[in-house]
Order: sequence, then C-alpha cells, then structure tokens
Amino acid sequence: MPEISYYLGRSARQNVEEALKKAEEHTDYNVFLRLTKERALERADLVDAGKITGRLAGVPFAVKDNYLAFDGPTTAASRILEKFEAPIQATVVERLEQEGAICIGKTNLDSFAHGSSTENSAFGVTKNAIDPDRVAGGSSGGSAVSVALGIVPFSLGTDTGGSIRQPASFNGVYGVKPTYGMASRFGVVAMASSTDVMGCFANSAADAELVTSIMAGRDAKDATTLDDYFVPADESANGLRVGVIQDFMTEATDEGVREQTWAYIERLRSAGHTVEDVSLPMAKYGLAVYYIVVPAEVASNLARYDGVRYGRRADSAKTLDELYGRSRDEGFVTETKRRILIGNYVLSSGFYDAYYEKAQRVRTLLMQEFDDLFGRYDILISPVTPTTAFKIGENINDPIKMYMSDVMTVGVSMAGLPALSVPAGTADGLPVGVQLIAQRKNDATLFALARSMEKIS
Amino acid sequence: MTQISRDDVAKLAALSSLQLDDAEVEHLQADLQAILGYVEQLDELDTSDVAPSYQVTGLTNVLREDSVQQGEVAPVSLVNLAAETKDNQVKVPKVI
Repeated sequence: MPEISYYLGRSARQNVEEALKKAEEHTDYNVFLRLTKERALERADLVDAGKITGRLAGVPFAVKDNYLAFDGPTTAASRILEKFEAPIQATVVERLEQEGAICIGKTNLDSFAHGSSTENSAFGVTKNAIDPDRVAGGSSGGSAVSVALGIVPFSLGTDTGGSIRQPASFNGVYGVKPTYGMASRFGVVAMASSTDVMGCFANSAADAELVTSIMAGRDAKDATTLDDYFVPADESANGLRVGVIQDFMTEATDEGVREQTWAYIERLRSAGHTVEDVSLPMAKYGLAVYYIVVPAEVASNLARYDGVRYGRRADSAKTLDELYGRSRDEGFVTETKRRILIGNYVLSSGFYDAYYEKAQRVRTLLMQEFDDLFGRYDILISPVTPTTAFKIGENINDPIKMYMSDVMTVGVSMAGLPALSVPAGTADGLPVGVQLIAQRKNDATLFALARSMEKIS
Repeated sequence: MTQISRDDVAKLAALSSLQLDDAEVEHLQADLQAILGYVEQLDELDTSDVAPSYQVTGLTNVLREDSVQQGEVAPVSLVNLAAETKDNQVKVPKVI
C-alpha cells in the first residue's frame, strides 16, 4: 500500500484525483460518508502553484467524521448532526493543512464513536478491507479501511478505549493512540474527555510518526494539551526491556492471535531485546472501570445535544421538554442511548459512590500497576484484541460481547498511556495486530521500535 | 445484584431528556441489567484506602491571560446553526 513518500513531489491535483477515483471505486465498503472533492481540488491547485508548502504538500488524507472540517457537514455518524456544518476546523486538521496535506473526505464511524465495529453508524456499516463480510472494527472503522484499501496514505481517528487500535488491527494497518494530552482535542466531537485522544492510521511506522509529530503540541484551545515533548528516537536503540502481559495471552484470546503475537515476540528477542512475562492483575477489571467512567463522561458531554442551538430538531414539538426528548430520541442510535442511561445511573446521587467513584479508585490501582511495570520495562506488549475481525452482525445484539473486543485496549486508555497497533501477520487470512505500550510521554520509543522491527519482519 | 426495573429505565430516560418508546425501554432494561451486572465485579476489590483518579495529566488550573480575545466565528453564523431562528435569535417553543 502506498506510503506518504509516494505522493511527495508529484502533482497534488493528480494525487487528489487518484485518491478520489479510488474512493469512488470502493463505495461498496461504505468508507466515506462524504468526499470533500471541491475543497480538495482547490487546495491541490494551491499546492501545485507553490502557494501552500510543507512536509505533507499535496498528500491526500481522510478524517473521521467527528473531526470538524470544512466543505460539508460533520455528522459524527448521527442523525442529530446530519446537517451540522461547522464554522471552524479542528486544530489538528488545521495543523496538517498547514503542512500541505489535503483532506479528501470524511469517514464513517460508530455514531459518536460509541462502538467497536462501525455497525452503530446511523449511515450504514463499513466493511472490512480484507474480508467484506466482516466488520471494519471501530469506532474509527472508515478511517482504518481508507488506509488499508490504499485510498489515502494516512487518516485521522479518535481513540477513547481502543477506537484506533482495534480497527487498525482488524485491517492490517498501523494505528496510533498517543499519550493523553499529546494532541489537541479542540474541534473534535467529545466522547469521554478524560480518555479521548486524537491519532492516526498509516501504512508504515515512519508515516505514523511523521503525522503524529505534526499533530502533537500544546493548543491554547485545549487546556489538557501537554507541551510538545515529542522528539523522534534513534531506532538503533536496541536492548529494550519488553514485558509480555500474560493476562492477555490466555485461552480467552484466539489461538491464531496468540501465535502471531508470540511470533512477533520471538522477533523482538532475535533483535536483541530482553523479553519477560509480566502480570497485570488489574487488567481484568479495566473493562468494568471503562464501562462506568466512560458512559458517565458520555452522558455529560452529550447533554449539549438538545435540538435547540444546533443539530437536528424534532418537528412540531409543543413544549421545550418534548423538543429535547424527541430530538434526542430521534437523533441518537440505541448504543448512544444505552451509554447515556448507564452514565446518568452511575452518576446519580444514590449510586455515585458505589459505581463512579469506585471505578475511579480502581483506575488508580490500574495506573499504579502500569507505573510499577514501567519502572522495570521500557515496553509492554499484548495483542490488540482477542479475535480477528468478526462477522458483520455477529456481536451487535450483545453489548457485553461487543465490549469484550476492547478488553486489552481500555486499560491503556484509562491510564493515559501511548500505544501503537502494529500489523503482525495473519490468522486464517485475517490481520492480527500487536499492541506496543509505553509509559506516558514515551511515544517516541514506540515508533523507533516499530520502525526497527519493520526491517526484520 | 442491582435490579433495574422498567420504571427505573423510564425515570432515567426522563432525567436524561430521552423520550423512549416502550420497545426501547424494554430492550434497554435488559441491557442495563447486564452491563451493571458485569461492572459489579469491581466489588471484589477493597479500595477503601485508594484515592480516585479523575484524570491522568496531573495538570491543575491551566489559566490564560485575562484579556479580551476576538472570537473566530461571527455571532450570526452561530445563530444560523439553529433549526429555527427569528430576528437573529434562536426560536424555541413557549417556555412559560
């Protein structure tokens, strides 16, 4: 699949026209909710005229449709925002555009990023790039598939509990979940504010690193952003101490996934890294913590959608309460309603201590376990998800089963750690990804390791 | 284990400003029961001496200079995002 270098120094118009043509050839995958053709071609001509320059001059990319971007609506794959045209763009979209990158379209997602398969979109399912009978993963399914099909060399997603890493794994591409606070969330539809991060998909570790380095850095419009700490690391830095999270290598994980993960671990050993088994006893509670804290934050963040100031409004409501209630009922998919109800339940005065605060206490224990391990190891490794891509429809009626596909990624999110989803072979023809995890702000170590491993796999 | 009744779901939905139909209430009652049953495994852990972590960066009171800044978006463009407007204001059903 094409990497960023392929597009540099060519005609930007030709790059964009080729990408748009590929997108149109693959409409049966339902990758894009909308192509931003007009603006993309205008910007391509500006690049070709030398009016826009930069490290990504003329490189086409795609963004998940929860990033505010010009040329058409930003829907978050929901009915309530179906016609919402943002008057601003997300900070990271602006940063990529300043380097000359050209957005060609907005990709499909689980509505409001609530899901693990892109089946919860209000606008249809996105199909897996390798096997169209299977899910793309999610919630950033469209963005993952746009890169896996070679439509664009990189794309943007959001990751709150695994929404970049899991679809990257399901489609055989790189997926970046940076340290919490590394890249600005300004201008992106909020899901759960204490774990939402902005990241990318790419076909190589070097491309993923370049895009991440451009996205990174403080933004006055997002008070949780960290000062830009990112300095690429030397890939010859070998002899890393790697811990294999045993809790995720049990029989609960498919055999084919475990085999490919062990094969990657063997290659790490051959490359001179020290590999040891480690235990993360709190790992098994990660999902329970996640499904309390995140719905609580979702319920709060989604209270703003009331049908009044922006977004879809229910027709002919007689009272304000009816207007709120019907606009939200008609505008949200079932999974969104499920999370709002759970969130408001765990935040309600009678249950706050038993659920919400309890979960935040267990979150502390989980963070302490990770911190302890990072005192002894540079990198932790596990599969990204217990299975390869599942069949469309297979898990949609069982929320707990669907949530289980994030069991290995949510803990990392709760602790704010950086992680990469790296392609590591296939099982029965379907891609398997391994998850490389580092201590907060050690994103550079992950990219350096992934780059070095590309050369020997 | 916590039991979630239909009335609980209906009350939660009202508090959440969600006007659900009966079929949805029934469906969500079962889902909520299953999800709350799952997360109750946290009760196995003694956390009486553990402080909660509400965030991960440790940043506190991130302040900016107290100076007037020009907004990027004109007020009229914000009003125009609403489904119904009148005289450059957002129109809603009668409140009182």
